[in-house]
Amino acid sequence: MTELTLKINGEDVTADVETRLSLADFIRDHRRLTGTHLGCEHGVCGACTVLMNGEPVRSCITFAVVADGTEITTIEGFEDDDPMTLLRQAFHENHALQCGYCTPGMLVAARDIVTRLPDADEDRVRLELAGNLCRCTGYVGIVNAILSVIEKRRL
Amino acid sequence: MKSAKFDHQRAASLDDALKALGNADGEARIMGGGQSLGPMMNLRLAQPDLLIDISRVGGLDGIEVSGDVIRVGARVTHARVEDGEVPGVTGAYMQTVASGISYRSVRNRGTIGGSVAHADPSADWPSALLALGGDVVIAGQDGERRMPLDDFQVGPFATGLGFEEILTGFELPALSDSAKCGYYKVNRKPGEFADAIGAVVIGVSPRVVCGATEAAPFRVSVAEEKLAAGATEISVADARDMIAVHEPGFDDYDLQIHAVALSRAVGRAFA
Repeated sequence: MTELTLKINGEDVTADVETRLSLADFIRDHRRLTGTHLGCEHGVCGACTVLMNGEPVRSCITFAVVADGTEITTIEGFEDDDPMTLLRQAFHENHALQCGYCTPGMLVAARDIVTRLPDADEDRVRLELAGNLCRCTGYVGIVNAILSVIEKRRL
Repeated sequence: MKSAKFDHQRAASLDDALKALGNADGEARIMGGGQSLGPMMNLRLAQPDLLIDISRVGGLDGIEVSGDVIRVGARVTHARVEDGEVPGVTGAYMQTVASGISYRSVRNRGTIGGSVAHADPSADWPSALLALGGDVVIAGQDGERRMPLDDFQVGPFATGLGFEEILTGFELPALSDSAKCGYYKVNRKPGEFADAIGAVVIGVSPRVVCGATEAAPFRVSVAEEKLAAGATEISVADARDMIAVHEPGFDDYDLQIHAVALSRAVGRAFA
């Protein structure tokens, strides 16, 4: 067991964890923040994407002990976040989800796209979304939602 | 899929990490960003007894130019290379390579040194850096040594790194403005591991690499000679013959996709 101190959604957290515990399992099973989803558990599907020190990372292939001293933001932690507020509304309006399993990771990745790439066009948005799999929507709604937020943020 | 049990040691310094390696009982692995080793451990293809975490070790994440050499620390992330932190023509080439590695959320943590030390034949950096040439910088109990990239990877997941050594960075050539570079990766979806890689760097002399084979990436000498003699393109048919010399074991499909990758990489270099 290893002691771990980090910040999750603004809250200071200290815990004693098994070294092999993934950050995703720590977030879900120990902190009961079940918005972060696990799909492939080897870094391909993107469902587990969270922010670590403001940048998106895969929580399934990041061990919790590695996150010691960092600041984690999960999908539950974006209450007062302007880009995320716009994205949530846009996902709703564009039917950018059906079952919702990919949505938490999709939103965290989308937030990275709209903030890091304010000039992204459709091709770029699709390229950036290659790391987040959705099996329901066919991506059209997701791409449109992200493009609409990029457009709104330009105004 | 969850990783098997392991002990975790966070190294405070390079010496600390080297000591931990030296004292390790059983298999010890160095982890920087963990984006190659993490998945391998979750799939239980890797089950190290001890994980030595160097993600806090200072001095391994610098990028600096001195004369005609660019020093890139082992822990420089793909994302930093993608964002253009490596300067000049060398940097522009590396930027193209980095942006095709996996996805941004992996590139934010994955490191160039980790990728090369892991030596997955289908990964981008082993082939891309071999085409660039230069040295791997390695730290061991007895100090630092350098090894040419040409000699570093000896097979799939096999390198010249000793059991008690740590890859600390690279010394890469700072290419002149007249240098030409091309990189082409055959894969079915952006960000995937490659099915075939063609990498071409024409600096002082041409270096042409065929990668994503079942062994280490290799230089295609006939292609290099042809480019040195002034050729500005290599047809797929010619590339097939050139690659077949080195890889007589390739089946028709493998030969074709690797020839296409090589031919298109040359095309991009002269575009």
